[in-house]
Amino acid sequence: MSTATADAVMDYDEAMAKFDPVMGLEVHVELHTATKMFCGCPAEFGAEPNSQVCPVCLGLPGALPVVNEKAVESAIRIGLALNCEIAEWCRFARKNYFYPDMPKNFQTSQYDEPIAYNGHLDVELEDGTVYRVEIERAHMEEDTGKSLHIGGATGRIHGADHSLVDYNRAGIPLIEIVTKPMTGAGERAPEVAKAYVSALRDLLRALDVSDVKMEQGSMRCDANVSLRAKAGDPTSPEQLAVPLGTRTETKNVNSLRSVERAVRYEISRHAAILDGGGSILQETRHWHEDTGITTSGRVKSDAEDYRYFPEPDLVPVAPTRELVEALRGTLPENPAARRKRLQSDWGYSDLEMRDVVNAGAVELIEQTVAAGASAGAAKKWWLGEPSRRANAEAQDIVTYAAGLGLTPAHIAELDGLVVSGRLNDSMARQVLDGVLAGEGTPTAVADARGLELVQDDGALEAAVDKVIEANPDVAAKIRDGKLQAAGALIGQVMKEMKGQADAGKARELILAKLQ
Amino acid sequence: MTHRLARMSSLSRDDVAHLAGLARIELSDAELDRMVGELGVILESVAKVQQAPTDGVAPMSHPMPLTNVTRPDVVRPTLGAEAALAGAPEAEQQRFSVPRILDED
Repeated sequence: MSTATADAVMDYDEAMAKFDPVMGLEVHVELHTATKMFCGCPAEFGAEPNSQVCPVCLGLPGALPVVNEKAVESAIRIGLALNCEIAEWCRFARKNYFYPDMPKNFQTSQYDEPIAYNGHLDVELEDGTVYRVEIERAHMEEDTGKSLHIGGATGRIHGADHSLVDYNRAGIPLIEIVTKPMTGAGERAPEVAKAYVSALRDLLRALDVSDVKMEQGSMRCDANVSLRAKAGDPTSPEQLAVPLGTRTETKNVNSLRSVERAVRYEISRHAAILDGGGSILQETRHWHEDTGITTSGRVKSDAEDYRYFPEPDLVPVAPTRELVEALRGTLPENPAARRKRLQSDWGYSDLEMRDVVNAGAVELIEQTVAAGASAGAAKKWWLGEPSRRANAEAQDIVTYAAGLGLTPAHIAELDGLVVSGRLNDSMARQVLDGVLAGEGTPTAVADARGLELVQDDGALEAAVDKVIEANPDVAAKIRDGKLQAAGALIGQVMKEMKGQADAGKARELILAKLQ
Repeated sequence: MTHRLARMSSLSRDDVAHLAGLARIELSDAELDRMVGELGVILESVAKVQQAPTDGVAPMSHPMPLTNVTRPDVVRPTLGAEAALAGAPEAEQQRFSVPRILDED
């Protein structure tokens, strides 16, 4: 909980009438290499505290770091996917600061020689508008340890009397991707910020270089926001000529929704200060997910205070052009282009495809279709109960399904049971419930629960006869051509059959008998 | 990557106090005064070196002509928590216990 009082904010529309927002986003991505950046310790998430450490990542005297080859390749692939130039020669640098999350008292990073620079990423907004985000750089560095603050009332650093540090995360390869100032977005700035982080996440996932789980911190976003006086249309030369205002950097923004909210909040907060004649203090801000506000962090240090200098223990990285071209050959299809192709393959409308993308179910559906289901059935099942429950648990559907052991093969199997006529729709829903409850595969659940459409037409016919006899008035309506009245009879037939009948077949039988 | 101090001809007492703060070194007033003088001499020496003609000479950070020294992404044995924490002055919950830290971030 934040104890700080909220700052004054200006209504967003009013802020947009007076100011033009400019953003800069810094995204940190943990690579999912097997080992850390400079040592052979495992880089796995969630291990026992301090079980994945060695003299190198603990910064013990005499330890010598050696660069992880795979991490460099991943960095180059990320750079290429972001349309960057790849440095022919670059060095690591020490960023010196005293903080116990880095036992060496410096973080090994890159300073003025990033491995990748000058790129761009085209980001598609919900209505199809494309915004080009210019990429300043992507550089290699290492993650820090994790601190627990003890003794403070709320587990926060203020008021803590000591801290406990776990260095498992220290040294995990990190790529920091920095945009150039994002101008011209105007009132859509918060939406653009979210769309950029989302597109970047998709791209990194397609590259298979990171878990990109914002909730676990393997992808983290810092949002820089500044305002300048409104001077016309956001993309007009008059507006672009106005110098940038002072920025704040909001840290700890760790969900797509928060990226949008935090940018919007900072715009409204800056606007209130500037409109009141005040000036913006260049500082870091902390984002509070619970209250939706930011609070003041520290005044930003000058880069000079980090006393960067070339890391003497690591020799320069000089990727050969042959290596760069070989890595370019491994780049996956661009996620946005891939989506267009899949939408056409699957025959989804724009709206259907957007639902699937928003649900994060593109890969699941692709795999389900590959396992034999129709695209329509795959969408219907994934966007039904599993998606609803994942939402309720505030998880993405991939993580949620994986946690329950629900696989694309299960969904394809379920669809197969319907297509083959063993299950009707409502029985299939029961089977899915069983699979979600961990009762086994769809076939096993159907067997265990005795779910099977009665294939004996004699039994169904007998039920139809019985229901027609019991409802002479309804039967008469159908005979008169009011076919919609059949619904009432079908319901009763299904009841007679204890749900284990094919409703379509029941309808056919009823109509055949009454026409 | 030249630090502003390397571009300066002289060093003020405030500069030394600022640097000492960044390096977490506590200096008494007397030590500060002495350091201003001593560091000043070092800077003067550096300034002399900077007079050497270096046009067309690439800056050198690594004396050996090596690049791309890497290792394969293969897990190696770790120390293990017990050994890792053995040298810690204090440990708690299998973590390194450190004194209260100021909110720097």
